[in-house]
Amino acid sequence: MTDVPKFNKSPWVVHFNCNSCNGCDIEFLACLTPLYDLERFGILHVGNPKHADVLVVTGSVNHRNSRVLKNVYDQMPEPKVVVAMGVCASTGGIFADGYNVLGGVDKVIPVDVFVPGCPARPEAMIDGVLKGAQILEAKHSGKTPLAEKNVITRTPTPVAAPAAQEKGASHA
Amino acid sequence: MIIPQTPLMVVLLVILAPLFGALLCGIDRRITARAQGRIGPPILQAVYDTIKLLRKEPMLLNRVQIVYAYLHLAFMILAMLLLVFGQDSLMFLFVFAFSTLSLVLGGMCVRSPYSRIGSQREIMLMVAYEPILILLMIGFYLVNGHSFMLSAPMTAAKPMLLSLPLLFIGFLVVLAIKMQKSPFDIATSHHAHQEIVKGLTIEYSGPYLAILEIAHFYEMALLFFFIVLFWSSPVWVGIILASLSFFLMTVVDNAFARLTSMWIFKFMWTGALILAVTNVLWLYWASK
Repeated sequence: MTDVPKFNKSPWVVHFNCNSCNGCDIEFLACLTPLYDLERFGILHVGNPKHADVLVVTGSVNHRNSRVLKNVYDQMPEPKVVVAMGVCASTGGIFADGYNVLGGVDKVIPVDVFVPGCPARPEAMIDGVLKGAQILEAKHSGKTPLAEKNVITRTPTPVAAPAAQEKGASHA
Repeated sequence: MIIPQTPLMVVLLVILAPLFGALLCGIDRRITARAQGRIGPPILQAVYDTIKLLRKEPMLLNRVQIVYAYLHLAFMILAMLLLVFGQDSLMFLFVFAFSTLSLVLGGMCVRSPYSRIGSQREIMLMVAYEPILILLMIGFYLVNGHSFMLSAPMTAAKPMLLSLPLLFIGFLVVLAIKMQKSPFDIATSHHAHQEIVKGLTIEYSGPYLAILEIAHFYEMALLFFFIVLFWSSPVWVGIILASLSFFLMTVVDNAFARLTSMWIFKFMWTGALILAVTNVLWLYWASK
């Protein structure tokens, strides 16, 4: 498989807003702008789960949207990864105690990459999608059971600081 | 320039034409990115995308849908070969139209409303551009000494562009429609400008979407070769002409917003059709 271009060359992303305040969504759309330019990694923002490899979810899951989220996830062809974008999608965030909130996305579908932050910075989002893209290749070759270990991408600080280190194991 | 009709040549064309088409798409995406101040994807991104799609899980709604995807590809390859080997231009038009029709039928045979709307819009586009192509072939017939053979302009002394300037402009509009460029990308559209989710191709996924992508690469190569035909002796002028036309399409794509299907219909049946008819009448009277 060394000569075949890998899945991480062209991860197509479908973006699903669960219950988000739109902060993460706007930051994610900012990734498409000339400053961040998602497309240079071959990442495309597609509107159709049937074309997508990576499901990016923003916002916490509640009783109403959990069914829709599961439906979108089920429509994606294998191999697929889920990136929980922002702290609400990761754990439920400040809405975690709400009476209607189930919690993070991992309550409904298996999550591969968590990108915490409120909102997560575009750099962290791109990093999260690219980490997810590396898991795609592992999933295709059957090495990784679905969401056995999660990858956490830390939001980088804007000032010149030592590179953010990863928590948890990487699948690359 | 006449291309020899040997089995080896057929194999070479079938292998190299989609690569060439993919390269054209890659260059288009890179130029678009640069026009927007971005770095843009690698030139071979279209190839990476297609290989990735081929490796994904096959998912289909019904078998008929897949048959139409293969028919779309097969007729596109046949149309490309008919063009390159200089066969009958009317046969070429018919096969080319049937290829697009297969795509429409594939979009129609699923229950997704987006796919249905996309197919209906594709039919609308076909109704809009087919008269221009028919008139182009009539102009072609008048210029090439009453012959419908596509090999005729390859040996002609005078380039076809000089006799068919208005039809060439009309053909450029058809080119924008076939390349799914703004303002004409209403049936389905390219990456990052989604129209009715994904229109025609919404219910195709994984390897079956890759079939449509490969067919699109053949289509790109076919359109490029067709423009070369307008100035085929010497052939390098035709290649420059085709490259400039493709560059123009990228510029137009970036400069225009999408318009409604009825606007496209009106535009094609007034502006483009008047250009085409004027050109044909002028040729007809000049030959009297």
